Amino acid sequence: MNFTLKIWRQKDAKSKGAFKEYHVKDISPDTSFLEMLDILNNDLVHAGEEPVAFDHDCREGICGMCSLHINGHAHGPEQGVTTCQIYMRQFKDGQTIVVEPWRSAAFPVIKDLVVNRSAYDQILQAGGYISVRTNSVPDGNAIPISKADADESMDAAACVGCGACAATCKNGSAMLFVAARVSSLAKLPQGRVEGARRAKAMVAKMDELGFGNCTNTGACQAECPKSISIAHIARLNREFLSAKFED
Amino acid sequence: MSCFLSNSSLGRKLVMSVSGCFLVLFILFHMSMNLVAIANAWGNHPFGLNYDAICEFLGTNWYALAGTLVLAFGVVVHIVYAFILTFQNRRARGNVRYEVTVTEKGVDWASKNMLVLGIVIVLGLALHLFNFWSKMQLVELLGHEPENGVELIRETFSNWIYVVLYLVWFAALWFHLTHGVWSMFQTVGWGNDIWYPRLKCIANIVATLVFLGFAAVVVTFFVLSLV
Ligand code: HEM
Ligand code: SF4
Ligand code: FES
Repeated sequence: MNFTLKIWRQKDAKSKGAFKEYHVKDISPDTSFLEMLDILNNDLVHAGEEPVAFDHDCREGICGMCSLHINGHAHGPEQGVTTCQIYMRQFKDGQTIVVEPWRSAAFPVIKDLVVNRSAYDQILQAGGYISVRTNSVPDGNAIPISKADADESMDAAACVGCGACAATCKNGSAMLFVAARVSSLAKLPQGRVEGARRAKAMVAKMDELGFGNCTNTGACQAECPKSISIAHIARLNREFLSAKFED
Repeated sequence: MSCFLSNSSLGRKLVMSVSGCFLVLFILFHMSMNLVAIANAWGNHPFGLNYDAICEFLGTNWYALAGTLVLAFGVVVHIVYAFILTFQNRRARGNVRYEVTVTEKGVDWASKNMLVLGIVIVLGLALHLFNFWSKMQLVELLGHEPENGVELIRETFSNWIYVVLYLVWFAALWFHLTHGVWSMFQTVGWGNDIWYPRLKCIANIVATLVFLGFAAVVVTFFVLSLV
């Protein structure tokens, strides 16, 4: 298969970037999207040009590094998968593919398609953890957790922190990410202990870092590679508001 | 506590949701009152329904004035917060936009255009206050005799330009409410995957009732002016 690629090139955080057109030829349909970029980079290196910088690590949908905006969709046109999980057979032969970095004030471009997502780490550090003692092995039945609660917690815990939610949101809001973290812990007894403090601290950090307000458009859940539901945002709202009214 | 309503994103949204809910309730009340004017459109008072009596009742009594002030406060809060939120959201979005954009699956057009719809609603509101409030409650406040409600409606909507402007206004309100009504529940934390389709259905029903109720008055009086 042959493709025309329009890729955002930007030398460093300070430079002004622009789109550059590339052509890749004889790509097997079973090539993954990132492998296709590897092939392009190989060609560029051979031609003595600067390869395209893009983030990636696990290449199996669990690390959340591969953050590309492809033809208008975070993580490409497929629903519920990360960029590293899409294959060239999902595109048409001869198609033009536009590849952009995340565009959100809190995620500045570092180089080409790589953005700085440390804002999400800072939100996590503000409260996305538990500090109760859990190191000794408890009896398996000591704290019964219903299947429904465990499932909901696990669904929220599937978040890989990729940033697609804020990158997709017209308000640059990080609510889906924060909600997933707060919700996954709020549903478990170990996480409940610090529930109120966590919700307040993470929301405060999110606001401080300049993320936007949530208008409930639902764009985030449509583009989230883990299909995290905005029902978790409703839970975050409950957690936060009840914590505030208790103060 | 007073500060989280202004310095936290979720607090600001709470203000938006509560003020929006208040406006929805007012709009439903206003709409049901207007329906009485239709009953009086042919010059009689079936079942004792009397629009002019309502107008008189809501003239310049202390409770009507207090209600007007509370309402004005709600409108101002909703509008001021709408601009603050939208301004912050645009800043958070950043200056560089995507080259290719799509409408994400399941995302309503209205939800992405709440401020634009709101501005159309404000313009309609200004026209409406000029058409009616300034000739009724305001006149009464200044110590003069207000115009007759039904006759003022009849006169206003015999002009097709007002008919069109009011219908555009109601359409903007319809879009605003299809998103706003379910969004206000989500904002206070009342929503889950089972309830979203139900809440959106309720929002569509409320928006449609409001649209039909208001439009009925305008259309009835316009048609009557033709015959
Ligand atoms: C009768 C008039 C109105 C009614 C019944 C109404 C109702 C609502 C409701 C229920 C919401 C949802 C709140 C939430 O998401 O929690 C909302 C949101 C909104 N309204 Fe209104 N509204 C009215 C007029 C206006 C006006 C005049 C403006 C602006 C000039 C406006 C701007 C907005 C905006 C921007 C939002 C979205 C806020 C956000 O989520 O970021 N509205 N409205
Ligand atoms: S909620 Fe979804 S889109 Fe947002 S960071 Fe987590 S996995 Fe990515
Ligand atoms: S590279 Fe790890 S999720 Fe894609």
